[in-house]
Amino acid sequence: MTTRIGVVTFPGSLDDRDARRAVALAGGEPVALWHRDRDLHQVDAVVLPGGFSYGDYLRCGAIARFSPVMESVIGQARAGMPVLGICNGFQVLCESHLLPGALTRNDHLHFVCRDQRLRVENAATPWTRDYAAGEEITVPLKNGEGGYIADERTLDELESEGRVVFRYLGVNPNGSHRDIAGITNEAGNVVGLMPHPEHAVEPLTGPTTDGLGFFTSVLENYLVSNA
Amino acid sequence: MARVVVDVMLKPEILDPQGQAVQRALPRLGFGGIADVRQGKRFELELEGPVDDAALAGVRELAETFLANTVIENFTVRVEESEGASA
Repeated sequence: MTTRIGVVTFPGSLDDRDARRAVALAGGEPVALWHRDRDLHQVDAVVLPGGFSYGDYLRCGAIARFSPVMESVIGQARAGMPVLGICNGFQVLCESHLLPGALTRNDHLHFVCRDQRLRVENAATPWTRDYAAGEEITVPLKNGEGGYIADERTLDELESEGRVVFRYLGVNPNGSHRDIAGITNEAGNVVGLMPHPEHAVEPLTGPTTDGLGFFTSVLENYLVSNA
Repeated sequence: MARVVVDVMLKPEILDPQGQAVQRALPRLGFGGIADVRQGKRFELELEGPVDDAALAGVRELAETFLANTVIENFTVRVEESEGASA
């Protein structure tokens, strides 16, 4: 039986198809989830994709966080299901308080679109176990509100507990505190990052195939935990 | 109908690049003497019923859970006098 990975589509999601394609390329079964449907259709993990859910009105992710599907995602995430939030999905996870801190407008005010080098700081999450700690990867980054901020106490806590999962290398593209590109929750099952691994899964369209490891990791996690 | 106004501002310690961009444009436009600009949001809520303690408590909860992200923003709630009453 293949592992079922749900990908939520909100009105304004852009990268849901790429995320589903990445799941399929990794060998999983992508399952399209709809924002108004509370039913998660027995998926084993969920990806919240990039885009501009609900037009980014009010704040990025603020309205998506209260959608019917998120009630179920939040409940399952608290129960341990692996959840990955990419870009707008990361913003939704912060607005949902599944992850601490917030994402604010890039400090230079420009939209960024570039291939970004990252260091994998934590290779123990269900989404990163196919990487090595300290490994460098390059995946696309595209955002206008990607500056990760949190108070000093929260940042110290994230650092000391190994919950900074990815850090920007070379340049800090958006003013994120401590060059943080992605973090995880206390339990380690919920991961959010601004860069886009789902756009780096095929040589034809991506700068690398470095992003595929996210999706193979979560499949492996499921096989291991059910072995 | 009663109007309740919710103002949402970034907390003082949070960088406000939009406010900074506005401030930087001021000298060029000939407006001097402005040391700092912070940009926020204003919500005008028209209540269906009277503005009593229960209604205001409801608005505060709405502001705290939805209109503001209290990780980065502060908010204030105030009742705006209707035009008829103040005339």
